[in-house]
Amino acid sequence: MEERTPDITIKPPSDSKSILQWLKANLFNTWYNALLTLLAVVFLYIAFKGILSWAFTEANWNVIPANLQIFLVGAYPREEIWRVWIVIYTLALLLGLSAGIWGGLALRLAIAIGCVGGGLGIILAFFPVGLSNRFGLLGGVTLLVVDFFLFRGKIGLRPWVLGGWLLSFPWTMIWLHGFAGLPTVFTSSWGGLLLTLILAAVGIVVSFPLGVLLALGRRSTLPVIKWVSTAYIETVRGVPLVTILFMAQIMVPIFLPDFRLDKILRAMLGITLFSAAYMAENVRGGLQAIPTGQYEAAHAVGLNYPLTMLLVVLPQALRSVIPAIVGQFISLFKDTSLVTVIGLLDLLGIAKTVIANPDWLGLQAEVYLFAAVVYFVFSYSMSYISLRIEDALRVQ
Amino acid sequence: MENNSPKSPAGKIPFWRDIRVLRVLFQVIFLIGVVLLAGILYTNMLRGLRGLGLTLNLDFLNDEAGFGIAEGIAYEPSDTYLRAFWVGVVNTIRVSVIGIACATILGLVVGIARLSSNWLVRNLAAIYIECFRNIPLLLQILFWYTAVILQLPSVRKSFTFFGSVFINQRGVYLPSPQPTSGVKIWVACLAVGSVLALILYLVRLRELRRMEQPGFPAKWALPAFLVVALVGWFATPGRPFTLELPALKGFNFAGGIYLSPEFCALVIGLVMYTGAFIAEVVRSGIQSVAKGQREAAKAIGLNEFQTLRLIVLPQALRVIAPPLTSQYLNLTKNSSLAVAIGFPDLFNIGNTMMNQTGQSIPIFGMIMISYLIISLTTSAYMNWYNRRINRIGR
Repeated sequence: MEERTPDITIKPPSDSKSILQWLKANLFNTWYNALLTLLAVVFLYIAFKGILSWAFTEANWNVIPANLQIFLVGAYPREEIWRVWIVIYTLALLLGLSAGIWGGLALRLAIAIGCVGGGLGIILAFFPVGLSNRFGLLGGVTLLVVDFFLFRGKIGLRPWVLGGWLLSFPWTMIWLHGFAGLPTVFTSSWGGLLLTLILAAVGIVVSFPLGVLLALGRRSTLPVIKWVSTAYIETVRGVPLVTILFMAQIMVPIFLPDFRLDKILRAMLGITLFSAAYMAENVRGGLQAIPTGQYEAAHAVGLNYPLTMLLVVLPQALRSVIPAIVGQFISLFKDTSLVTVIGLLDLLGIAKTVIANPDWLGLQAEVYLFAAVVYFVFSYSMSYISLRIEDALRVQ
Repeated sequence: MENNSPKSPAGKIPFWRDIRVLRVLFQVIFLIGVVLLAGILYTNMLRGLRGLGLTLNLDFLNDEAGFGIAEGIAYEPSDTYLRAFWVGVVNTIRVSVIGIACATILGLVVGIARLSSNWLVRNLAAIYIECFRNIPLLLQILFWYTAVILQLPSVRKSFTFFGSVFINQRGVYLPSPQPTSGVKIWVACLAVGSVLALILYLVRLRELRRMEQPGFPAKWALPAFLVVALVGWFATPGRPFTLELPALKGFNFAGGIYLSPEFCALVIGLVMYTGAFIAEVVRSGIQSVAKGQREAAKAIGLNEFQTLRLIVLPQALRVIAPPLTSQYLNLTKNSSLAVAIGFPDLFNIGNTMMNQTGQSIPIFGMIMISYLIISLTTSAYMNWYNRRINRIGR
């Protein structure tokens, strides 16, 4: 068949606009937008000029590399730092395995964490710290990538990896604290970013079962249990974390004189009790989203209350509140900075001691900005991850 | 529901399988457990207190406090502990109310800017939100306090604005209005003005209803009120208010309104932090209003401002109110971070009292009850507000 070509071809309207068109559409489309643009440009000019001239001429950034180690691990003994690396490598290994075996969400998580870790690793490699520390983070990322490719699609390993994740928390604690033969590093010398991360992790992991129980208690039809749970949740949510931290510091020796808990354990207790109330509210949100039909169906097939909850309700409810729990983890990560007020040396506490050090007087802005950047990188990347999780859950 | 299980032929279910008995039994066991735990803690506490040589009572509240408080309502170190605690409560409320007002305005502006059609404004708002949300509040407050406010110039070299506002490392000095003898005449003018404004407002409202046209009902009332107020201001002999300017006396400024560095750092920190969260609340509230609503508003000829005020905000407010409440409560609770920079709020003063008297248990009780009362009042008010805006919608 003969194909006729049209005489005139009209080009489709082009999607790409020239810079001038873009400027007109996005910055100067109305008179007040033009005014706002001008104001914003002036503001940006003044702010950038001030900040850049300060950062490159006045600021003394030497304070950061000189104190990098105590920022990261506090007073953790220098010769025992390899134990921290073991923990990091274990987590990298587990993450790589999960990414390879499950793909999907775990893979996205691994990519996000790998990118952040790799970026930090590259930055760290330029700092004059010990050779093992300099390339340690890059090593962890390499491990993550390698075992992702090695164990890709090995579905048979799933139960092992799940078990590994369950054990990773006690494993971390045992390595950091020391066991059989290893010198014990008491929690009193944990510090810096390490302490911040551990406080947040303990707060979430330990408060999780407590929170689930409280949420079930609050939804219970038994009035006594319901009222006790509700009273606990509302009281804790009504008072500031600082109050609870101080209370844990002062009250624990009064109420539990037989237990000798050190400052950090008491802070962990306070954070856990605080976090449990918020966790309970998150879980309750998930429980409320389960339609009554699910309860009735479970009842109809003859499941009793614990089995209904364990097999039918909680798996669905917890899945739907994962984003909320990640959100809580982020706010807990920031809230751990409050332990500075009770004199613990977490990242912010270390920042305060560095500022008070006579060798580095007058460098408040530099030190606080550095701490702020560290907090920002962690909590921004976690909120990015939580967005990814939300997307993944919505798709399924 | 569970109770109507079929009865066995004997007419009896063994009690260990009877759900009615089990329910009661389970609660009794739970209650015994709770009481036992409380009992153990209580005996431990008595033992611990005996060891410290303390008795549990509130008599200490009437003793002389003996410590100074840098700012707040009238107080002398010779006043009682109860008075000292009250100073702290008032300071907490003062910080919270000012903080909530400023954070709401900031959050509203940034939240709307976040959705602006202007690329630069939209992204600046996003950068502000992400930066301030993701950095711990305590770090921000310490930064404002030690790295900004305490680094300001000394008293003699203060930043001066219009010769009446002074900012230096000891704080901020603002002029304070002092009423003169003529203030009553001006207040009378204001009363007349508001009656006039109310009449004009109602007339315009009726007019708008009659014409069935959208419009700003206070379009006549507002200028009328302003004109009356302004005329009254200049007609009053010797002006209703004079400004008392802060003046350098000796080593410091005297007169005017004084804001301490601690107060400024705390309020700036709380406002910048909470403002970022409120901006996100406002943004998601505005985005929750269906797109068709905006298009319909545009179709009947409303301009952008009218669309926002008449169509979008009233609907968005219903979505915004509940999360906004929890932000307000967070701000109030976060004001307890004052303890880190030494602002004498409720918690800080309670802490000092504990160190002085050793009566930690009753003082903790007082602190927690005060926060609970503040929280419950705020949430009760916001629940009432929430119900009100929801009812208007139906």
